[in-house]
Amino acid sequence: MRAIRLYLHYISIVIRSTMEYKASFLLTAMGQFLVSFNIFLGIYFLFARFSEVKGYSYSEVLLCFAIMLMEFSLAECFARGFDAFAGIVREGQFDRILVRPQSPILQILGSKFELSRIGRMLQAVVMFVYGIYHSNILWTWDKVLTVISMLFGGTLLFASIFLIYAALCFFTLDGLEFMNVLTDGAREYGKYPIDVYGSRIMKICTYIVPYTLVQYYPLQYLLGRTDNPIYALYPFGTIVFALISFCVWRFGISHYQSAGS
Amino acid sequence: MKKQSTIQREFSLRKYFSFFRLRFNMGIQYRTAAAAGMVTQFVWGFMECFVYKAFYDSNPAAFPMEFSSMMAYIWLQQAFLMFFATWMMDNEIFDLIINGNIAYELCRPVSIYNMWFAKNAANRLSKAVLRCFPILITALLLPEPFRMPLPKDIGTAILFVGTMALGLGVTVAFCILVYILSFFMVSSQGIRILLTSLVDFFCGSIVPIPFLPEPLRTVVELLPFAGMQNVPLRIYSSDLAGTEMTRAVGLQLFWFVLMVGLGKWLCRIAERRVVVQGG
Repeated sequence: MRAIRLYLHYISIVIRSTMEYKASFLLTAMGQFLVSFNIFLGIYFLFARFSEVKGYSYSEVLLCFAIMLMEFSLAECFARGFDAFAGIVREGQFDRILVRPQSPILQILGSKFELSRIGRMLQAVVMFVYGIYHSNILWTWDKVLTVISMLFGGTLLFASIFLIYAALCFFTLDGLEFMNVLTDGAREYGKYPIDVYGSRIMKICTYIVPYTLVQYYPLQYLLGRTDNPIYALYPFGTIVFALISFCVWRFGISHYQSAGS
Repeated sequence: MKKQSTIQREFSLRKYFSFFRLRFNMGIQYRTAAAAGMVTQFVWGFMECFVYKAFYDSNPAAFPMEFSSMMAYIWLQQAFLMFFATWMMDNEIFDLIINGNIAYELCRPVSIYNMWFAKNAANRLSKAVLRCFPILITALLLPEPFRMPLPKDIGTAILFVGTMALGLGVTVAFCILVYILSFFMVSSQGIRILLTSLVDFFCGSIVPIPFLPEPLRTVVELLPFAGMQNVPLRIYSSDLAGTEMTRAVGLQLFWFVLMVGLGKWLCRIAERRVVVQGG
């Protein structure tokens, strides 16, 4: 309880300091919006020409993209501190975090709160509403719960990837850009249901990093392609992935050597 | 008298060539970053291939170009990403303008425009040289249907290289226009974000220009941004050929000359009214 209160306090400080630079905040938010708007334009023009891909219609793809984008924005909004962790290690700030009588994870989560992701979120919400309106989904309570479980699982999955990235920073700071494949790549290419990319990618995205658990499988239930409600619970499988990433983090932290400056 | 001016010109060319070489050598030092970038480019390339394959399978008749041309487009785009990425601007220059150190640059006996042009072109070239070969070689050896074809004949290959250089020129000239724009503004952050996302779409990096519906396609092909990656990447696989190609290359040349001319002119105005505050 105390931890939550402390976290909220951290966040309120971060938001207040962001709001001191309103112009910069608005511009970053606008940038976020425009980048995902371009991806949307790409989908729009491809569907204007082809009308469907692997049996998915335009509105179904938009729904899929919107949910993925929301998951990613939420994860970035809350767990951005891990994404910027390389800087914390490089500047020796992690030593300061370690000597404080609070969990390092809490302090890092509280160190950043990217409100500017609201630009991306806005884009996602607009597409989501359009997708709901045009795809013929009957919105019963189980479908609503499916969306909620997707948002929960997806946010947790992306936050876990950020955590693994941060854990790798304990060992090296060089060349970690390749981790962008797992985060930005998933955001960019998660716009289409994963089976569009073929069976090999499906396997990679299930057994190595479980994107399909928060995208493809629950989506099948959401779009009424299967009646098996177990698919709606698949996103909770990412809890296992989160536990593994937490172990990686613990392992990394026990090997931390300060830069000493 | 005449002889002296040629010597001077030769000397000044050598000056910019030195800027070019220095920046190039600096750029190729970043090998770890290049390796990490290459991983990203490979993944991006494969995912793009799979997406377009899925769209092709859903309706081959609606595909506006040969499938193999599309593969060439995708792999060249990934291999030469650093050639044409307008979002990759030189932050050093924006910093110079904001913190006033531009004053030192103005003292040098060089033309700011030419120096920036040489440095920017060198930077892009160095980054592309580091990344392109593994990607190109892999793409040429991939199994069908994802393999990148070779150009039809040697003439096409030469045209490809020539228009690549011209495309690089158009990209650099555009970026310098944005740098100069920030001379006239307190904060250029907003306009930069807006411009780079617009260009990202209009240059055909989100979807290739032939995929756009008709009235829009014609307009976009007339814009300067079509002369960045769209022209060389489509010439490579002969998707752009004949009179259509001649027109596209002509437009590319036209925009290049226009943007360099405009840039030099604006640069002169900016230099005259630059105000350096204290320090």
